[in-house]
Amino acid sequence: MTALSIDLQLLNACATLLLLLSFAMLAQRRIVSLVNLLALQGALLLAATLLLAWRTGEVHLYLSALLTLALKVVGLPWLLHRLIRRLNVYWDAEPAINPSATMLLGLLIVVFSFGLAQPISALASTATRSTLGIAIAVILLAFLTMITRRKAMSQVVAFLSMENGLFFGAMSATYGMPMVVELGVALDVLVAVLVLGVFFFQIREQFDSLDLHHLESLREGD
Amino acid sequence: MTSLGAATQLLEMICAAIAAPAFLGWVNQCRAWLQNRSAPSLLQPYYGLSKLFRKDAVLAESASPLFRVAPYVVFGAMVVAAAIIPSMGTGLPLSMAADGIALVGLLATARVFLSLAAMDVGTAFGTLGARREMMVGFLAEPALLMVLFVAAMISKTTSLPLIAEGLATRSIGLYPSLAFTAVAFLLVLLAENARIPVDNPATHLELTMIHEAMLLEYSARHLALMEWGSALKLLNYACIGFALFVPWGTSTEAAGPAGLLLAVPLLVLKLGFAGVGLALIETLSAKLRVFRAPEFLATAFLLAVLGLLVHLLLGT
Repeated sequence: MTALSIDLQLLNACATLLLLLSFAMLAQRRIVSLVNLLALQGALLLAATLLLAWRTGEVHLYLSALLTLALKVVGLPWLLHRLIRRLNVYWDAEPAINPSATMLLGLLIVVFSFGLAQPISALASTATRSTLGIAIAVILLAFLTMITRRKAMSQVVAFLSMENGLFFGAMSATYGMPMVVELGVALDVLVAVLVLGVFFFQIREQFDSLDLHHLESLREGD
Repeated sequence: MTSLGAATQLLEMICAAIAAPAFLGWVNQCRAWLQNRSAPSLLQPYYGLSKLFRKDAVLAESASPLFRVAPYVVFGAMVVAAAIIPSMGTGLPLSMAADGIALVGLLATARVFLSLAAMDVGTAFGTLGARREMMVGFLAEPALLMVLFVAAMISKTTSLPLIAEGLATRSIGLYPSLAFTAVAFLLVLLAENARIPVDNPATHLELTMIHEAMLLEYSARHLALMEWGSALKLLNYACIGFALFVPWGTSTEAAGPAGLLLAVPLLVLKLGFAGVGLALIETLSAKLRVFRAPEFLATAFLLAVLGLLVHLLLGT
């Protein structure tokens, strides 16, 4: 057994906790707790970014850590909490698939993404390449969360969690994206949440609920 | 087989059998303190057992020989299980015969006999308890196996004493996979020993009981053996937990008798802490509905498999 250096061990621990949080989000049905989990995921991402920045000495990672703190730990959760209060949605409806089956599906996804990441991380040269599989798993688990949810609100939270996964994937494969791309993505996400917030009000106005099943019928009056 | 090995083996079996009711008493005592009740004596389980052993056994008319044999099988399986778990020393001659997987099989044997005996007399409660026990069992077993597999993969052997030795001498570090499996193991321990989130050991309310429902038809020495067996099961699970997750302090064969002398007080200390922890969990959590128990155990399975996958991916 080869002993890893302590910062790499901490990074691995952060990665596994990210994965665990993804599963927690998959199981969580209270939207308020879902947002809190998202904030926690952001905080873990922040810790991982700082660790990696300290390890590699790359300045732009500090900047992206700052961005993560401002946007993912504080900004977006605050925005979402405000939306929840104003829209008065606290619980998601019954999930489309039963919870235990969803969990097992999640496990299969993890197996799949670990297998998918193996050849990629074999080619990568970063110290954090082994966590790429976890990043892909986080992305796909967020997808699964989006698929199994009915309320628009929890789908947006899952979408943001997917962005966290993408960010972590970029970090573990290439020590983060270029600053311009990162800023662009951050801005995109922020704008997306703002626009979707407006959408929520429109959807509720139209259907008296945030359940997306109402959007499935194409013609009016069905 | 060295004489020290034989001595360790004998000491472990006898100590486990004698100490098991005391551990149960300790958990009950902690629970009572935490719940602001006046605590029963630490020796209360012994009083209960000795009372039961002095009484005359009453058997149902419809009871088959299986009903009479089951308590001895259950108790025997638990004593053999105690013999192959490295609770004090790792130089166990008997453990060569059975590894971690066989241990799970032993525990399953006890469960099968317990359930069959509960169904044997044909009362409604016995059958109900047996069915529920099997439901919990078939979900908890794979989770327990997964936990053992993670530990076995880290130390590259399925023999419990070697696993404990390997884990005790590994380099200090963070092991996310072990942390996951530790939580999974805790959940399995609670479910398998009829502790509170799944079953309430103190209840005689028909609708909620699992373990107690299976023992309703037993009396006197049979009941005593069953209760002693379940106390021993709790101790065994605690010792498996120590062997996998806090293996420091168990004596190795090289350490000699001195190591064994040191290992005994350490084990008592670990058991003391485990008892407090168990009582704390049981006081803080509410009993789940029976239909929620599969979700509880699915979580345990999920965590154990995640631990396995993370170990494969990160290799730590």
